[in-house]
Amino acid sequence: MSGMIQRRPWSLKITLYLFAGLWLVISAFPFIWTVWGSFKVELDFFSISDWTFALSGERTKAEYGRPFTGAGYEGAWIDKQFWQNASNTFIICFFVVCTSLTIGTLGGYALSRSSHRYTFWLLVTALIFRAMPPITLVAGYMLPFFEWNIWGILPTTIIVLVAINQPFTLWMLHSFFQNIPKELDESAKVDGCTQFEAFRYVIIPAMWPGVITTGLFSFLLAYNDFAVTSMLLAEENRTMVPAIAAFLGTTYTEGNVMFAVAAVVSTTVPLFILVMFFQKQIVSGLTAGAVKG
Amino acid sequence: MRHRTFFWFILPTATAMLLFIAFPLVSVLLQSVHAPHPAVLIKVETCTPLVGCTEETTIDQEATRELREAEPLGRFVGFDIFFDRGHLALKEIHEIVLNSDDWSNIFSRLANLPFYRAMGFTLTFTFLVTPFVIIIGFLVAMTVNALHARLKGVVIFFSLLPFVVTPLIGALVLFWMIDSRGILGNAVQWLAGDPSLSLKASTGLMWISLIVYGIWHAAPFAFIIFYAGLQTLPLDQIEAAKIDGASRWQQVRYVVIPHLMPLITFVALIQLMDNFRVFEPIVGFNASAHATSLSWFIFNDLGGETRQLSAASASSVLTIIGVSILLFPVLVRTWQDFQGKN
Repeated sequence: MSGMIQRRPWSLKITLYLFAGLWLVISAFPFIWTVWGSFKVELDFFSISDWTFALSGERTKAEYGRPFTGAGYEGAWIDKQFWQNASNTFIICFFVVCTSLTIGTLGGYALSRSSHRYTFWLLVTALIFRAMPPITLVAGYMLPFFEWNIWGILPTTIIVLVAINQPFTLWMLHSFFQNIPKELDESAKVDGCTQFEAFRYVIIPAMWPGVITTGLFSFLLAYNDFAVTSMLLAEENRTMVPAIAAFLGTTYTEGNVMFAVAAVVSTTVPLFILVMFFQKQIVSGLTAGAVKG
Repeated sequence: MRHRTFFWFILPTATAMLLFIAFPLVSVLLQSVHAPHPAVLIKVETCTPLVGCTEETTIDQEATRELREAEPLGRFVGFDIFFDRGHLALKEIHEIVLNSDDWSNIFSRLANLPFYRAMGFTLTFTFLVTPFVIIIGFLVAMTVNALHARLKGVVIFFSLLPFVVTPLIGALVLFWMIDSRGILGNAVQWLAGDPSLSLKASTGLMWISLIVYGIWHAAPFAFIIFYAGLQTLPLDQIEAAKIDGASRWQQVRYVVIPHLMPLITFVALIQLMDNFRVFEPIVGFNASAHATSLSWFIFNDLGGETRQLSAASASSVLTIIGVSILLFPVLVRTWQDFQGKN
């Protein structure tokens, strides 16, 4: 990189730092602002009279005697039972990630180790499936699920999310597996392993970073899904994101916007922690498909 | 790998995709050529003395329910649903083209047809957000690459947030800020000197905010990809260009951009696919009065008490056709890659 860090004129340097600062503000400020505002009352969060109230919390002070209040969180988590939605989300994410990775590593490994023509067609089919908006499939689920009486429950949604994630998981794992030399399987097989034993005891230990990265993305897909979960889950089984969307309808009319704000911040926190600890894996996952292709 | 081994390895994932992607697709196709059974009507003649007899038509609830339970798909209607007013609206289009004299009139009347309205916004969104994402992603990547090593990590951490955060949540966070009582909304009113300015009231402003959201959400993705590409920049070529007296701009134009070109195509294709399914921001911004997308259109038919499965299925099929057209170049590229590999 030393070639790029050449003597830059100071005007260019200043422009660069200004732009980087601007970008930092654009990407981070909305979140900081919302987290700060979530501890205020609505009249401060949305202040008509004076925008500085959002910083100082004048109305919050008037109402609660201090500039911060957890009233929004209390309302969302206890009154509106957001903890129920949170637990649903974590059940769904846990099972989606485990199932996706189990069947995805098997499939991705097979696709990376076979050079028959049908592997190409399987990958292309997966690509087409990946490109289709998931919402276009939902109309197809409804009628069978109603007929078999499995609509609205968590297991159904878990299986659907696993299936929808498979195309992406397969592509990502496929490209990670291709980085692992085939000689590794060969030597294991020479030592008397079956293909499955070679996969289980030789390849998977070497693949952990790739598996973790893919797992992160499966988690994100399940955690962030709105279209499928909101259509396939009954009201009592809702996950966090559809619950927030439901808050928008009812709480806006009841004047409880701060419940929704608190729920939004609560849902963002796990993602924030995730990015903090797994930044490297997320970056490597994003670039896995691109830099090679 | 032998065929047999391959089969057992691929079986679980293939079954999952077959059962929950391929079959539902068939189910969507079938549903789109069937319409719900109309209610069964019965004529009842009631005679009252002195007044005489009147014939009344009422819905036979029992028979309707039985018919609908016996054939849940409904009755076969061919492509009628595709051509009705809620979708391709052939009759209405024909009439509009015949009776309108200029293009602006045609466009404004097309915008009243729900499917074309959704299509119009989806395409505008897709083809405006994608180039902006690429340009901004490239600028940020170049900038971050030039920063001090310690700052890079911090910038990458915060940059990932808009991309990783749930789209609905990201949309809400921005929406609350550009609400006329929020900080950005206030700032815009102050800048424009118009205290009544509100984005909820203006279609144009709503479209702009949705597009700004789209760029904000996806630019980090482009940035990360390009930044990774910059790490493999051929330094000898840069050196050679410098010796030849290339200016800074020329180095970027003739060395850096060609080096990143494969990545730019990659980002463009992924972005075309993802922006085409734009949906969450419309819910988050509560924008459906001003802008609807194809995904939103399907969602709207599916939700609520009525659950218009047939209408939603027809829109789904049309959306999938749209995606296939967008995807065609990717398929060709994958085929070429595969041919090159073997």
